Amino acid sequence: MKQAEGSSHATPGNTVNAGFKVGSDTPFIIGLCLLGGFYVAMILLMVLADLHFTDASSLKQILGKREIQFSIKLSLISCTLSTLFSLWIAVPIGYLMSRFRFRFKSVVDTILDIPIVLPPLVVGLSLLILFNYAPFKWLSKWVVFEMPAVILAQFMVACAFAVRTMRVTFDQIPLRYEQVAMTLGCNRSQAFWKVIFPQTKKGLLAAGTLAWARSLGEFGPILVFAGSTSMRTEVLPTSVYLEMQSGNLKGMLSVSIVMILLSAVVLIMARLFGMQRINA
Amino acid sequence: MIKLDSIQLQQGEFVLKNLTMKVPGGAYAALMGKSGCGKTTVLEVICGLRPIVAGKVYLGNRDVTHLKPAERGIGYVPQDRALFPTMKVRHQLAFSLQLRRRPLDEIADRVDELAQWLEIEHILDRMPDKLSGGESQRVALGRALASKPQLLCLDEPLSALDEALHDEMCNLLSKIHQEADITILHITHSRREAERLASQLWRFQDGHVTLESKAS
Repeated sequence: MKQAEGSSHATPGNTVNAGFKVGSDTPFIIGLCLLGGFYVAMILLMVLADLHFTDASSLKQILGKREIQFSIKLSLISCTLSTLFSLWIAVPIGYLMSRFRFRFKSVVDTILDIPIVLPPLVVGLSLLILFNYAPFKWLSKWVVFEMPAVILAQFMVACAFAVRTMRVTFDQIPLRYEQVAMTLGCNRSQAFWKVIFPQTKKGLLAAGTLAWARSLGEFGPILVFAGSTSMRTEVLPTSVYLEMQSGNLKGMLSVSIVMILLSAVVLIMARLFGMQRINA
Repeated sequence: MIKLDSIQLQQGEFVLKNLTMKVPGGAYAALMGKSGCGKTTVLEVICGLRPIVAGKVYLGNRDVTHLKPAERGIGYVPQDRALFPTMKVRHQLAFSLQLRRRPLDEIADRVDELAQWLEIEHILDRMPDKLSGGESQRVALGRALASKPQLLCLDEPLSALDEALHDEMCNLLSKIHQEADITILHITHSRREAERLASQLWRFQDGHVTLESKAS
């Protein structure tokens, strides 16, 4: 009896592990695939349903319309400009929020999230109201219900997403790089431009892509702040809305397909081009 | 010479009171202490990377307390080396000299000299992610030494190396100390490492630094 106890103490692992079997991983993997697959399938099915519902002739007809051609052009130009402005602002704000501690930082952080949580229509309405007050009022004639309003409305929402992405990007770069750079002879600005900024390529690409995609889909603030005037402030989401209002379901779907194709091409190109440059 | 005179610092819950320390010029000093006791903080105070509440920091005869890290003339090698990921080894070595706007031929000569000295000529055109642990450490040392600083601060430089590499790097650090005419402050938690390399052993405990022994 004593001997048996002694031996069980000598090899405790054997007793604990005796007959121990770990459960299969398969149900977990299947669960992941089913849940993830459901969402991917829903996206693909939505696009396929759109493609099935429309036909080549309506697509050709829509693409032949001068208003739609203008709308595609304006969408591409305004999205690109609002993306550039967003990155221009998101890089300094992201860096500031990531690296510096200051009073009311959490208040500023919350303010930066307002465009993300606010209903898009309210963003447009707020811009419209803002341009009733000086100094914005003085520019109102050239901005409100004009092309710059489209870019400003897209920028106000897209920039918030770019700021979030850039902040995470800077958070992921250890502070140690700047510290070493500063002992080597850099001031803060040199440490940023020579050491930190070159490391943000992936983050910049992600922020730019997100801002561009967000701008392309923006509708509410543009409708309120820039209106929906053909050949002036009509962008692709506005075209979908205008086709819907005239009861042209096929036309509406055709514009949607143009948007899907356009965004897919631009996003894929940006990723391929960006990844090549990052890997180079 | 490094002299810390009644340094006071508060960083969250971490408090330093009346930290005083003096390392003579040209010495190899090791600062030992348990992990997480604040050794790195002392090093950051010397480099000017951490603001202090009171006290003075002297390097040589200069009061550098209010100087920026760039103006202190210190070479700093952090524990993780922090090689800049977007720069080739050659550019890392040239970095501090480019900032000082030295002539191009002088920079090229210094890079070649360092590469030869640290035996890293074959990796000058590699990116940091293509370097082994030992190679990264040599490049980090070369980058810190390029502008000929009067003090070299090393934060646990040998902690992540295997035994063979550890010996090799110990020899290299001795060689650097002998040939570069430089004061070295080496942070470590290994007494064996400290005794092998240093002429002065300091212990950091409970927010105070004490000179433990002096090798003959």
